[in-house]
Order: sequence, then C-alpha cells, then structure tokens
Amino acid sequence: MPSNKSVSDAPITQFVNCRILRDHKLQREDLWVREGRILDPEKLFFDEQGYADKRVDCEGSIVAPGFIDVQINACLPPSGGYGIDFSQASDDVSSGISFVAKKILEHGVTSFCPTLVTSPPAVYHKVLPQVKAQNGGQHGAGVLGFHLEGPFISEEKKGAHPEQYLRTFRSGGIEDLAEAYGSLDNAAIVTLAPELESSQAAVKELCQRGITVSLGHSVANLSQAEEAVQNGASFITHLFNAMLPFHHRDPGIVGLLTSDKVPAGRTVYYGMIADGIHTNPAALRIAHRAHPSGLVLVTDAITAMGLPPGRHTLGQQVIEIHGLHAYVAGTKTLSGSIATMDMCVRHFKQASGCSVEEALAAASLHPAQLLGISHKKGNLDYGSDADLVLLDDALNVRSTYISGEEVWRKGSREKKSAV
Amino acid sequence: MRLVILDDYELASEWAAKYICNRIIRFEPSAKRYFTLGLPTGSTPFGCYQKLIEYYRSGDVSFKYVKTFNMDEYVGLPRAHPESYHSYMWNNFFKHIDIDPANTHILDGNAEDLVAECHAFEQKITEAGGIELFVGGIGPDGHIAFNEPGSSLVSRTRVKTLAKDTIVANARFFGNDLSKVPTMALTVGVGTVMDAKEVMILITGAHKAFALYKAIEEGVNHMWTVSAFQQHPRTIFVCDEDATLELRVKTVKYFKGLMHVHNKLVEPVLSMKDQPNTVTEGDD
Repeated sequence: MPSNKSVSDAPITQFVNCRILRDHKLQREDLWVREGRILDPEKLFFDEQGYADKRVDCEGSIVAPGFIDVQINACLPPSGGYGIDFSQASDDVSSGISFVAKKILEHGVTSFCPTLVTSPPAVYHKVLPQVKAQNGGQHGAGVLGFHLEGPFISEEKKGAHPEQYLRTFRSGGIEDLAEAYGSLDNAAIVTLAPELESSQAAVKELCQRGITVSLGHSVANLSQAEEAVQNGASFITHLFNAMLPFHHRDPGIVGLLTSDKVPAGRTVYYGMIADGIHTNPAALRIAHRAHPSGLVLVTDAITAMGLPPGRHTLGQQVIEIHGLHAYVAGTKTLSGSIATMDMCVRHFKQASGCSVEEALAAASLHPAQLLGISHKKGNLDYGSDADLVLLDDALNVRSTYISGEEVWRKGSREKKSAV
Repeated sequence: MRLVILDDYELASEWAAKYICNRIIRFEPSAKRYFTLGLPTGSTPFGCYQKLIEYYRSGDVSFKYVKTFNMDEYVGLPRAHPESYHSYMWNNFFKHIDIDPANTHILDGNAEDLVAECHAFEQKITEAGGIELFVGGIGPDGHIAFNEPGSSLVSRTRVKTLAKDTIVANARFFGNDLSKVPTMALTVGVGTVMDAKEVMILITGAHKAFALYKAIEEGVNHMWTVSAFQQHPRTIFVCDEDATLELRVKTVKYFKGLMHVHNKLVEPVLSMKDQPNTVTEGDD
C-alpha cells in the first residue's frame, strides 16, 4: 500500500508476530520503525493517517534492544584466524575494530566500546585519534568510544596487563592524563584504581569531560571507592576480578553494591563477565541479588574469540588458550574471556534464575544507562534508535538489526515480505 | 425491534460480530461505495471487537472499504492518554485490522473550537452518505453515547457535561479517583444515531438490566435516551441472559422463541473468501 504520511516520506517498517521488550516486560506488540528510529504507531495512525510500507514477520521471536558491550578487546585476522588486537601500534586499528564490529553482530551486539589494555603512551597517542564514535550499520556494530583499561591501575592487581607500562599520577590532573593518553576525545570509559595518589582529581576531571570513570584492577578499600563514586565514578570493571575480595569488615570495591554513600539519584553499575569462568555462579548470584539494577554484562573478549587453542598475543603480552579458558602464558592468571555476549546472557539467566526481561536488560538497558545514552539506545521506546536483536525462546540470536536494517541473520534465507 | 438474547457475554459478542461481518460482506463495499459503521467504546463491545479481529485475521472479512464513526470522546483528555477513546480504538481494534486511517473518524476532544468540531463531524457523516449500521451500548442510566438523561431525543453531535452516574461509572478507568475523570465529552446526538439505516445496541450484564427494561418496556422518554429507538424502523438489541433480568417473562419468552428467525441473520457466517465479486487490492 502506498504510504500517506504528512511528517516524512521515509518508508515505514512494521515488525509483526513478535514479543517486544518494553517497560521491562515482554509484550505481544508490533514494532514500528522509520528513519532508523522506533515510531509511535498510534501517532502515525491518527496524526499522519499513515501505515506501514513493509512488514517483517518475526516468526514469534523475542525482539530486544541490541546488546551493548562496554568491555571487549577484540581483533582482526592478519590472514586466516582472528589475530590483530587494538593495543598493537599498527596502522590497521581502524580495520581491526571494523572487523570485530562486524563479527559481534552475530552475537546480537549492536554497539560497543573497543577496549585497550594497559599500553605505552605511544600506542594511545597513535590509536585513539584513529577511531571516532560512529553509528553501526551493515559494516558492523556502532562504536561508542574507547574503554581505556589502564595504565593508572594497581600493580598488585594488574592481571594480564603488562607491568612495565603501569603508571601513577604525578598531579592527578589533565597533565597526567594528556601525557598518558593524548587526546581523550574518543574515549567513553576509563578504568583506574582510586587508591592511587592524586587519582581522585583525575576522577573529577574525567567525569567533568563526560567520560565514564570505572574502578578496577585495584586494591582500594571501600572508603576510597566511595570517595571516587562521590567524585563521579559510576562503574566497576569486571566485579570480583582484579580487586580485593569481599571482607566483612572492609568490603572493598565490592561493597559499593550496597553502599549508603552513593549520592542520591545515582547508580553504581558493575560489569560481570558471566562466562561461568571469571565468576563462580554463587558469587554472580550474590551480586545480582544485592544490586540487580546495576548489573552490566560484559564479555571482556580477547583476541582469542574464535581462536583455536594455543599461544596468541594480547597487547604486549602472550596468552595461551585451553578450551574455554585463556591465561597469561605460563601462568594461571586469567586473561580476558572468549565468551560471546549472547552466551553471557544465557549463562547469566540460567545461573541467576532471573527472568528473560532482566537478562536482556543487563546486556542492553543497563549499559545504555551507564553511558548516559538510554534516551536513544538500550530500549525500544518511541524515538530510540532501532537497534534490535531477534532471539528465540532459548535466547539464541536469530537476526540483528541496526537503525531498522537487517545486518545479520542466522542462515541466509530471506523472509521479508512487502505489503 | 429485534431482541436477540444469548446465554452469556461471549455468545452475545460473537452474535454481534457475526452480524456486523455479514452486513459488511452482503453490502459488497468498494472504493466507490464504502460501508459506514458507527462504533462504541467501553467494556461491553470489547468482546465483539475481539471476534471481529479474529474474523479479519482468518481472512473472512476486510475493513479496507469500511468507514467508521465513533460515538464520542472525552473533552480535554490528551489523545495519547491510555483512557482516551482514540487509545481505546487504536489498541482494541484499529491496530489489529486493515482499515485505512483516513477512513476512521473520532471526535477530537482537544479541538480549538468544540462546537465547530461537532458540526464538522455531522458534515463528515453526511458526506459519507450516512451511517449504514450504528453499533452502540447503553449506560446504567439508559443513555446512548453520552446522551445523558434529559438529552433531547432529536439532538445532534454536541458538547455534553457528564452526569454524576457516568463519572462514577468511569472512575474505575482512572484509578478510582473521581477528580481525574473528565467532566465533559463530545457525543453524537440521539438524532444522529436515529438517522442511521440500522441500529444495533449491545447490552450485557445484570447492572444494565434495569436500563434495558426502561428502554424497551416503558415509553419513549428523554430520561432513558435509548428508548428513542423504539421509533427507529430497524433496531436490534443484542443481550445476554443477565441483561434481561428486569424484563417481563412474557417479553423474554416471545423473543427467545424467535431465535431461529434471528439466527438466520448470522447463519451462515459469510466470508470474503467465498464471495465471487470480492474487490481485491489494486482495484482502486
């Protein structure tokens, strides 16, 4: 049917035969999209007297907001397997990120923060200006900005990060940040250890610039962590990993989940790598039950994603893969994960016993809220970007959409039909 | 009148939906000759709408060549408010069927000039060739649309202040907070509905029984405005057992005895799929 719309001539797509995640519930409703955004069909009907140009039969799928991965060290193959990673000062960082951006569409991820582990200043200075925040599309998931994990982290909790490039603050201000990173224009998140001297000034500085500050790879006690939160920090990098364990007289960073010092109206979010390896399911449940609305699923995926067992490079380190585990070569120190986001969503739901809606929110709404972009991402409200993931009841990804266009589909049969 | 009595709400809704379906199909609507349907809102017609959606989904009926005119709408309630009659029609009917939005007409309770809006509505009905079938309900106080007790029986579309009874009855849709219920509405007049070629009133539930009694067993009276349809040549009242509780046994027995005649109107249920002259897409 030809459209008859007064606001815009752009074609309208109606997703039918689906259950959409809206207002924290799965509802049997159609989803309408125009010009890459979710459309209010009632307004379309009464104000514009318009209707859909095209219908997409979702065949009973769950339609959720596209997943957002705020911690993923991914990579690009030089030739054959997946081998490049962002932290190497190569000129192909852009194409490296592009390759990963395309790959993660299969896991339902429509936006992500490419993560750089601790690296020498030369790497940051070279790499950061190369990749700006950009919308996703057929070419791959959208880039929201870098996640800079280090170098201002604790030596004792460096995990797989290269020791020689860790550093501290001299004045805690712009100078240290500029010296280490260069321009922070393309950064979305910075992970640092708040017990480092003069770090609180850096926290304030970064927050003022609109950069999300995350606490991690740290031996901070609860007071230091709370001070950082009061200065603007809002995220915890992979909770439980690379920080002091919970202690009943000083809960450390973990205590932020139930801290009473978090300023009113603010939420502390925390990343969980729900791959069944980084965190024991019982610990995952404790965190989830203590603070369900702050849980953000992250993959912390590394070059190993899709790589066969054996030795590979991550940043300035060499790692080894055994089965689903990835370690710093020759040690038992975990080095990132090889989980995929949809795997994490399924594992989180199964381990925590949470509802489908909660599991999906942990991978979409919560990261969007963390980054302050929930007015356009992470939900299916009218006006939000039409980044979607279609899933079956077991939460396997059937297809992925960005701005209302299909960018990945399991198998290759076309199922769309024009009205 | 025809008084069609079914055992329960579901059967009454189904009978009404089948009747509407058959009327539309027999009319053989086309781009040159639309079927004009007057429509109500509220809990009574909900089941009927559900059945009509079912018939549309199974391909038995299409609303492509149907024009609709709703009876009423609150004044001052934002159109997007979940309790507005626009929202009701969108959620419970329009979004599930193939009607062209340009063919739906609902009074705009937020119009700058409410009186002009009412006149324009009457004009649109005239331009559409009048209403073929006007479906309505009845309030506990015997009103049709928002023609409250005391409304002129020859009234036209206009602004009405709602009676206390009506506000109380509607409070359940506004969190039981009387202060949140709109106090005025735009409504078609009794005369407007009387102009339709045929009128079908749905009445279900014991709480409507007294109103039904007043409407059909007592005289024509502006205090029970539905009684005006005693003077319409083609009226059907579709009700369930509970709604007949205040009627005389004689009345009920008489009309129940006629059910075999009434059922000829809905058996067989026609389907577009069987019509040889069904207009298909591309013919406009």
